[in-house]
Amino acid sequence: MKLLVPVKRVVDYNVKVRVKPDGTGVETANVKMSMNPFDEIAVEEAVRLKEKGIATEIVAVSIGPSQAQEQIRTALAMGADRGILVETADTVEPIAVAKLLKAIVEKEGPQVVILGKQAIDDDMNATGQMLAALLGWGQGTFASKVEIADGAANVTREVDGGLETVRLKLPAIVTTDLRLNEPRYASLPNIMKARKKPIETIKPADLGVDTTPRLKVIKVEEPPKRQAGVKVASAAELVSKLRNEAKVI
Amino acid sequence: MTVLVLADHDGASINQPTRSAIAAAGKLGDVHLLVIGPEAVAQAGAKIAGVAKVLHAATEHLLAEPAAALIQSLAGNYTHLLAPGSALGKNVMPRVAALLDVQPISDISGIVDADTFVRPIYAGNALATVQSSDAKKVITVRAASFDPAAPEGGSAPIEPAQPAADPGVSSFVGAEIVKSERPELTAARVVVSGGRAIGSAENFKILDGIADKLGAAVGASRAAVDAGYAPNDLQVGQTGKIVAPELYMAFGISGAIQHLAGMKDSKVIVAINKDEEAPIFQVADYGLVGDIFKLIPEIEAELNK
Ligand SMILES: Cc1cc2nc3c(=O)[nH]c(=O)nc-3n(C[C@H](O)[C@H](O)[C@H](O)COP(=O)(O)OP(=O)(O)OC[C@H]3O[C@@H](n4cnc5c(N)ncnc54)[C@H](O)[C@@H]3O)c2cc1C
Ligand SMILES: Cc1cc2nc3c(=O)[nH]c(=O)nc-3n(C[C@H](O)[C@H](O)[C@H](O)COP(=O)(O)OP(=O)(O)OC[C@H]3O[C@@H](n4cnc5c(N)ncnc54)[C@H](O)[C@@H]3O)c2cc1C
Repeated sequence: MKLLVPVKRVVDYNVKVRVKPDGTGVETANVKMSMNPFDEIAVEEAVRLKEKGIATEIVAVSIGPSQAQEQIRTALAMGADRGILVETADTVEPIAVAKLLKAIVEKEGPQVVILGKQAIDDDMNATGQMLAALLGWGQGTFASKVEIADGAANVTREVDGGLETVRLKLPAIVTTDLRLNEPRYASLPNIMKARKKPIETIKPADLGVDTTPRLKVIKVEEPPKRQAGVKVASAAELVSKLRNEAKVI
Repeated sequence: MTVLVLADHDGASINQPTRSAIAAAGKLGDVHLLVIGPEAVAQAGAKIAGVAKVLHAATEHLLAEPAAALIQSLAGNYTHLLAPGSALGKNVMPRVAALLDVQPISDISGIVDADTFVRPIYAGNALATVQSSDAKKVITVRAASFDPAAPEGGSAPIEPAQPAADPGVSSFVGAEIVKSERPELTAARVVVSGGRAIGSAENFKILDGIADKLGAAVGASRAAVDAGYAPNDLQVGQTGKIVAPELYMAFGISGAIQHLAGMKDSKVIVAINKDEEAPIFQVADYGLVGDIFKLIPEIEAELNK
């Protein structure tokens, strides 16, 4: 079975982003970019399914600027077989990402699409659910365990209060949570091999999708800053301050 | 304008994040509450202040696929479709949005007008004000940003909602839900959190004394959850729960950006860490440098005085 794994190029999770002075967005020039961490988990899960003999081919897809090839290469080095870059310099919202992915799904015919539960830049937590809706497929979001057998996926999900397991008919959508697995580091030989794996580049228009944003960003600003407070010397002083100064206990 | 809010519940009562979503909805128009679940939950919903009508669809398990189909079938009557930004809301609402060809607006922390909303991006390091051009708005609400509607005071009529055809692509297998005596993390007045420093699941209990004394919810960092010291739903942070209690106490948590994203709007922050350079101290109102295993019993003793 074929698996599709969308991987997003985002500002690295270690970077503390700065809001642009003109309030139009955040500073992304000269900032370290990486694969969205949840997507690394998605690639890892796909590679494990291939290693177990359940999957036969893994296609990594990214929608973004030409540099998003780097993130596809990372996926290829981790074990994906080939890549598709939908190249665009524009802002692409989840609704458009989902439509582009739907078009690719219809071409490629994967049995499972594994996405990250959320991209750590825009924090929308939406794309997988939207793709599932557009395809009319079942969705196993926030997965901490995935078992595929007999034309179905049993997905254990991280929900409020604990865990829930759903059974999805294939084809289906899975979105990854943090506890699904620990992604591997690509080895040097695999990084070398990945250079030879094919990446196809297409444009949103080739897929017949209109990516005009529905949300207009009016402004982006910094949240109010917290001031560092005081250090106290003892448990007694702490409790006394909480009682008498902050009055919260 | 009439706004539909999807209720999140545990099969008996409606949670506080839903009441926050109801409060947010009230700023936009009349509020109808959709309860998918047992009759008792619909009755609880009818009592919430500000709810004009309850729509009730009786089902045993709330799965995203039939729930989204139901909301799509009701959407014609509403300008805005809201849900709390809980695991349920995040699972269902983007699916609803796609069915309606709408770009959802996730996790709003403010309402400017009927089309314009504020939402945190980049782990809360930036606040974006976005204006939607979609005919209907599909929104999840950050509970910590809206004071919840009162659980009592309303007396809304309850009407049955005709469940839409189940797409039949998913089924419920089972759940392991831990019932806790403690308040919900996102609703608690005080949150006491432990990090990697706690060291084991067994050790996590050392927070119980302080939590009991203060009526607090217990939270955890991702490192503590990943290590299996605490269950997943206690994770506070960018990719866990967002909390804004009166008092947040962090024990042995370093203060990574992703953790701060989940708690930095707390009114008062206390940090206890043996490393005086730990970044958590940069946001703490009160910092105490030292070993948590020595200080936790001392703090507990002081609270008992
Ligand atoms: C207020 C605001 C400000 C914005 N600012 C910017 C900006 O400064 N710069 C900018 O480039 N964009 C910006 N955007 C657009 C934003 O990046 C898109 O909305 C984004 O492509 C999708 O949202 P998300 O990544 O949060 O989706 P999520 O639903 O959180 O993503 C979940 C998963 O979907 C998959 N996925 C999502 N997007 C892609 C993709 N492009 N390629 C492959 N897989 C993907 C991944 O598997 C990911 O883990 C902004 C949007 C808004 C609303
Ligand atoms: C995609 C992604 C999403 C993430 N989402 C989240 C999230 O939602 N929430 C979250 O919390 N993290 C999240 N993280 C992880 C985050 O980056 C940090 O790794 C994590 O918060 C660290 O947890 P910690 O502070 O408990 O552990 P550490 O960083 O290891 O800190 C432990 C602290 O305990 C102190 N300490 C040790 N022993 C003692 C002692 N005996 N007494 C006192 N102090 C002691 C140390 O000085 C140190 O400061 C995410 C990361 C990624 C990449």
